[in-house]
Amino acid sequence: MSSSDLQAPTGTTITAAGAAAVSKKPFAWRQIVDHVVLIAGSLFMLIPVLMAFMTSSHSDITVHTNGLQMTFGGHLAENYHEAMLVPGGFTKTVDGMRMLMNSFILGIGFSVGKIIISMLAAYAIVYFQFRFATLAFWAIFTTLLLPLEVRILPSYEIVQGMGLVNTYTGLIVPLIASATGTFFFRQFFKSVPNELIEAARIDGAGPVKFFIDILVPLSKTMIAAIFIIMFVFGWNQYLWPTIMTTDESFFTLVRGIKQILNVFIGSQIPEYGQAMALAIVAMVPPVLVVVIFQSWFVKGLVESDK
Amino acid sequence: MIKSQFKSPLFPYLLLLPQLSIVVIFFYWPAAEAIRSSFYLEDPFGFSSTFVGLDNFRDMVSRSDYVATAEFTIIFSVIVTLFSLAIALLLAVTADRVLRGASTYKTLLMWVYAIAPPVAALIGIMMFDTLVGPIARFFQALGWNYQLGTNRFDTAFAMIVISIWKQVPVNFIFFLSGLQGIPKSVQEAAAIDCASSTRRFWTITFPLLAPTGFFLLIINITYSLFDTFGIIDVVLKGEPGNNPVTLVYKVFLDGFRGNDLGGSSAQSVILMILVLILTVFQFRLIERRVHYN
Repeated sequence: MSSSDLQAPTGTTITAAGAAAVSKKPFAWRQIVDHVVLIAGSLFMLIPVLMAFMTSSHSDITVHTNGLQMTFGGHLAENYHEAMLVPGGFTKTVDGMRMLMNSFILGIGFSVGKIIISMLAAYAIVYFQFRFATLAFWAIFTTLLLPLEVRILPSYEIVQGMGLVNTYTGLIVPLIASATGTFFFRQFFKSVPNELIEAARIDGAGPVKFFIDILVPLSKTMIAAIFIIMFVFGWNQYLWPTIMTTDESFFTLVRGIKQILNVFIGSQIPEYGQAMALAIVAMVPPVLVVVIFQSWFVKGLVESDK
Repeated sequence: MIKSQFKSPLFPYLLLLPQLSIVVIFFYWPAAEAIRSSFYLEDPFGFSSTFVGLDNFRDMVSRSDYVATAEFTIIFSVIVTLFSLAIALLLAVTADRVLRGASTYKTLLMWVYAIAPPVAALIGIMMFDTLVGPIARFFQALGWNYQLGTNRFDTAFAMIVISIWKQVPVNFIFFLSGLQGIPKSVQEAAAIDCASSTRRFWTITFPLLAPTGFFLLIINITYSLFDTFGIIDVVLKGEPGNNPVTLVYKVFLDGFRGNDLGGSSAQSVILMILVLILTVFQFRLIERRVHYN
């Protein structure tokens, strides 16, 4: 793909005009070009992953002599068995299943934690009158300004000082320190009709009852959408887990990529099959979530602006 | 619209407590620490530090490797942003137009969003591998002696292609939802008035998509600056050697490998200012986008 592809729709009209036979159906050519563009785009996205999957079904020697593979080989079970169940890494104590579990802990822990904390904060900001409301609002939303990457070193030192290196708490909680979720729920709560809270008040419902019985059920779709976005975001974290976990038993699959790379260094024939197997395992859960819950995911992404 | 609100002296603070404490401990404290240590020079073992004023910044700007990294970051960001936006726009406009298979194409073009940048990069370095990679082999067959990891340009090329590949789906999703937000009546009126679909695109669709485009421009610059960390780290296999890196990667290298706390913090502060500018822009654009709707 290149920018020259942008010219394709322009070229269409010229082609259509040039071929006399087609002039009866002027739209046919344009539709064909459209499909060609879309198929090319789909293949551009699909082929690298397909190749990774096919390669994960071949022996390392085949890959080493013939390059990456585009056909299905006979070593699938062997490669996945080794990647998932045989302990590897420097310490020879961590296997793929452990990393898979850690990825789920990070993905689910992060998204659930973020949803609970940000819903509570957004509830306070939108539905309560209190003295420091504006200050609290700005204190939270300023965090949208600075990504973790620019404050990574001091963040690490603080978390290290609290003794949280190589713990799930240290892995998950600092990642929650941004306001994306709160921002999203604030927008949503503001769009909830005013009549609801007034009716609730007339019926004598207090703030806790209103939140649990009315607001949470109303937010179901929003919660699902934000859960999908946050799960994928948490699962795919790399920099923070890389510096926070040095003990291999806390590695996530994405963090473990660094370990996978070691198979390329030193050994005679790199363990291509195993590396590709782990890459496939690392992408299957988030990809499935995004594909299955596509409409919620798109809604959450577009409306929350990341 | 002003919301009816509850009045309760303590309850809202209780609700805010978890979020505020996390934000203070893991956001404000480290951010303040980064700014503070950018004015200090710490000895490599962390025993003592002396106030040096703006020396760290002066040092940083005068070092040729920092300038080279900044230059590479600009080139990298511009190429990644332009190509991922252009490809996504073309695909979105086309996907919005086709009648048959539209939802299948949509899924096929967006699912890569879910792949983590370092995982994408692992597949990428296999594709570009000098020995086994089909792309490298293809280039070699064309007479380009492609060498991932040893040749600066070749390594940068792989980083850029992988970063574009990973970013196209996000842009595609936003462009497509932007296109679907254009009222059918506007499109039909345009179709009656103007037969050429190319002209229709540039005079009607493109201007109406501009708010989405500007918003995505900021998102993409932020992506190329920060989120590509995982891609760069994996492509370099953690050992940059002679290869180009981006500014964020350099903060990490100098801070964690080089133990240059002051220098790394000074670089962080520069990046903070950059992000601040970008975010102010972004907020203005979001406001404008809301206005249009």
